[in-house]
Amino acid sequence: MTNHIRISRTSSAAKLAAVLAALIVVILIAAPYWAGRADMRLMGEIFLYLALASLWNLLAGYAGLVSVGQQAYVGFGGYMLFALTIFAGLPPVVAIALAGVLGALISIPVAALIFRLRGAYFAIGTWVMAEVFRLSFAQVSALGGGSGTSLPTDIVRSMADGRSEREALAYWLALGAALVVVTAVYLLLRSRKGLALTAIRDNELASASLGIDIWRTKFFVYVVTSGLTAVIGALIFLQKLRISPDAAFSVNDWTAFVIFIVVIGGIGTIEGPIIGTLIFFLLRETLADLGTIYLMVLGLVAIVVMLKAPQGVWGFISQRFNLQLFPLGYRVERPKDS
Amino acid sequence: MTQILQLDGLSKAFGAVTVADSLSYALNEGEALGVLGPNGAGKTSMFNLITGTLQPNSGRITFAGEDITSHSAARRSRSGIARSFQVPQPFTHMTVFENAMVAATQSAGLRRHEAERLCIDVLEQTELLDKANDRAGGLTLLNRKRLELTRALCAKPRLLLLDEIAGGLTEAECTSLIATIKSIHASGVSIIWIEHVVHALMAVVERLIVIDFGKKIAEGAPKSIMESPEVQEIYLGIEADA
Repeated sequence: MTNHIRISRTSSAAKLAAVLAALIVVILIAAPYWAGRADMRLMGEIFLYLALASLWNLLAGYAGLVSVGQQAYVGFGGYMLFALTIFAGLPPVVAIALAGVLGALISIPVAALIFRLRGAYFAIGTWVMAEVFRLSFAQVSALGGGSGTSLPTDIVRSMADGRSEREALAYWLALGAALVVVTAVYLLLRSRKGLALTAIRDNELASASLGIDIWRTKFFVYVVTSGLTAVIGALIFLQKLRISPDAAFSVNDWTAFVIFIVVIGGIGTIEGPIIGTLIFFLLRETLADLGTIYLMVLGLVAIVVMLKAPQGVWGFISQRFNLQLFPLGYRVERPKDS
Repeated sequence: MTQILQLDGLSKAFGAVTVADSLSYALNEGEALGVLGPNGAGKTSMFNLITGTLQPNSGRITFAGEDITSHSAARRSRSGIARSFQVPQPFTHMTVFENAMVAATQSAGLRRHEAERLCIDVLEQTELLDKANDRAGGLTLLNRKRLELTRALCAKPRLLLLDEIAGGLTEAECTSLIATIKSIHASGVSIIWIEHVVHALMAVVERLIVIDFGKKIAEGAPKSIMESPEVQEIYLGIEADA
């Protein structure tokens, strides 16, 4: 009887979603040929926020590491782009990749320090570390100290010939980064390490008793997430072309908005950050002119969602319709007669 | 006969409360040992010490010839010690099958297809195959206990620690559980079983120890232990009907 049992790891909804996603990606890749300059800038920003949100979701929603200090790596990555291109003369694309490696490396001693803290203390610890990063970079006078610096024009020009080519390259890099991050998170969560991570999320006692090294698993996620966050940071400041400690290590821009996106969309799901990013930019683009009222509306939306749908918008939809676009689990399928 | 597990002078105290008091005994490979003792005697704490979720103040634990006293819980699990929790600890948001897969991939270290096959076989044995796609958080108490056993078995243990797995079951459920544990035992797995349902214990184990205040107060063949005055005193009103 057991021979007839099949284990399925996909669903028809997921297959349909994959086809649709592939179609959307093709359209997005072609954006430099159909979209205006302002739209491309906006879409680039959306992709980078999507990547940040997916990474924070992996960290907080799966590994249970509620960090409010990921701006440390956004800023670090941004500064590494400037430092490596200006001082070492590296091409920007190489500098971006290297910024990721350095971000992962610097996160190792940081993790060794803050992993001693639990829960709220961990959160505060990450924030303190981010402030240490900000104050440290403000001391580097070669990078403009507290007032920051701009990317020299010859470095900007070295990327591509004309302005529109440069903007297309920045756009493609952002799109590529978002695709790589979402795919990497998906593949990680489907792997055996992902199964361990999901188990830790649900019950640490049982996880340890079933052979899962909790510290090592969380450490791995922290280092990978931090490295990728540094890459995104480098891309963000490649778009901005100017960096300063306050902008690079902004807790509002790189953590508060990201938490908003993940919580609204649905923490602990891959779909959540995608939906959350769309909602966030929809609100921002329609309400940003209203100034402070915009931030009040954001707060109101967050409160309403947390009260009415604590699992976030995607959590609500997925429960209601039993839907998963990124299937992570296993389904046991048996013939009807057994 | 080779020893699979040996406890030497194991002690653990939380302030004035002693949960293990120079506890020593050995378990032979393939043996089934029953553990009796009143509530709060330190039986579950003894399991926590063996599995590594609790660190002893002093003493040594040897498993399969290796001193594992300093090993983490995860490492001990991978080396072949599995347990069922008295209060079930399911991964509530994962399905029953995924719960089993965690044990098969992380503890037993199996590759995907081998792991899937093992999980299906074990789920059939523990009568949970019908619930394979259900979320573990929605299971009844009986099925949660079955899931505890399932996960422990999917870890492919050499030593299985069962913590009051028969408590709260009906007579028929208990009979089928005894049959399952007997067949696990027959396959060569060593077992330590804490249980208040004495007749279930008597049907499986070859030896009994009695624990009170963290101390081993009696050890021997099941029948003679149940008839000893010390046990009669602790278990006033419980009779061995085996």
